[in-house]
Amino acid sequence: MRAIGRFLRFWYDFFFGDDWIQAVGVVVAVSATALLVANGINAWWLLPIAVAGLLVESLLRATRAPKQ
Amino acid sequence: MPDQPAAGAGMHDWLVALAAFLASSVEMVEALTIVLAVGMTRGWRSTSYGVAVALAALAVVVACLGPALTKIPIDTLRVVVGTILLAFGLQWLRKAILRASGLKALHDEDAIFRNEVGHAREAGRSSRHDWYAFTVAFKGVFLEGLEVAFIVVSVGSSQGNVGVAAFGALAALIVVAVVGAFVHAPLSRVPENSLKFGVGIMLTSFGVFWSGEGAGVSWPGGEAAIVGVLVFVTVLAFVLTGVLRSAQRGDIDATRAAS
Repeated sequence: MRAIGRFLRFWYDFFFGDDWIQAVGVVVAVSATALLVANGINAWWLLPIAVAGLLVESLLRATRAPKQ
Repeated sequence: MPDQPAAGAGMHDWLVALAAFLASSVEMVEALTIVLAVGMTRGWRSTSYGVAVALAALAVVVACLGPALTKIPIDTLRVVVGTILLAFGLQWLRKAILRASGLKALHDEDAIFRNEVGHAREAGRSSRHDWYAFTVAFKGVFLEGLEVAFIVVSVGSSQGNVGVAAFGALAALIVVAVVGAFVHAPLSRVPENSLKFGVGIMLTSFGVFWSGEGAGVSWPGGEAAIVGVLVFVTVLAFVLTGVLRSAQRGDIDATRAAS
């Protein structure tokens, strides 16, 4: 049981780290890209834009957090 | 004219080997970049295990499947590995930007000190396995290795000569390994924080590229688009660091003026 717990903890840390919103944002962005491609739109531009947006949003939260 | 077909076949073989060499080199350089990045920042022990296990898994997959290798849903694999790498790379890049702008160092000094003390205590029993390094190295090598195997099988079987294509891929492996050995020494002199900043940029860029490919995107310029993604993420990281650094300086000036 402890081994399973450690395994799950590892994957949580690996994927979500200390900002789960950013990780969920990545999944949403990749899914949206796949959806657009499935509908005939070659959305190669979506992931770079999403990365920029997610990074800015995450950094803003990180810098504002101590002041609150 | 009995010589003409033989000469034509020879030239054809060389072209098949060259095509396999070039295509495999691109994939192997991607794998090498990941391995160097992870090995230099998180240590070589677990990274080497990751590489070794990935190569063993690849050997088993190739031996078991042979030409049926092309039936593996590579896009599904790309999207899974790409998404995981992108999430991991973004975490790394976020921390690197916070550190480079002075924000993380200011808030984390105690944690860093505790960490250093902990590491010093653990130095005697540094045999702990780093699963992060292992996993990233494994994924990078396994995915890229599988793509090399695809190239060998598809280029080789379409031209009716898998052996020649495999020779091209083997030559690429030797050249890339030699380049890696030469690049490793100068890279080891780069300061740790700068190295981590670079690793964050690389993991994020590869994550964007692979998850995009897996999602079915057709990148402008094909494989060469990875360079464009790399430039985009690099510029983004430097701009964000610059903005945060000047905001941080502004905060310090305002605090000084108030006191």
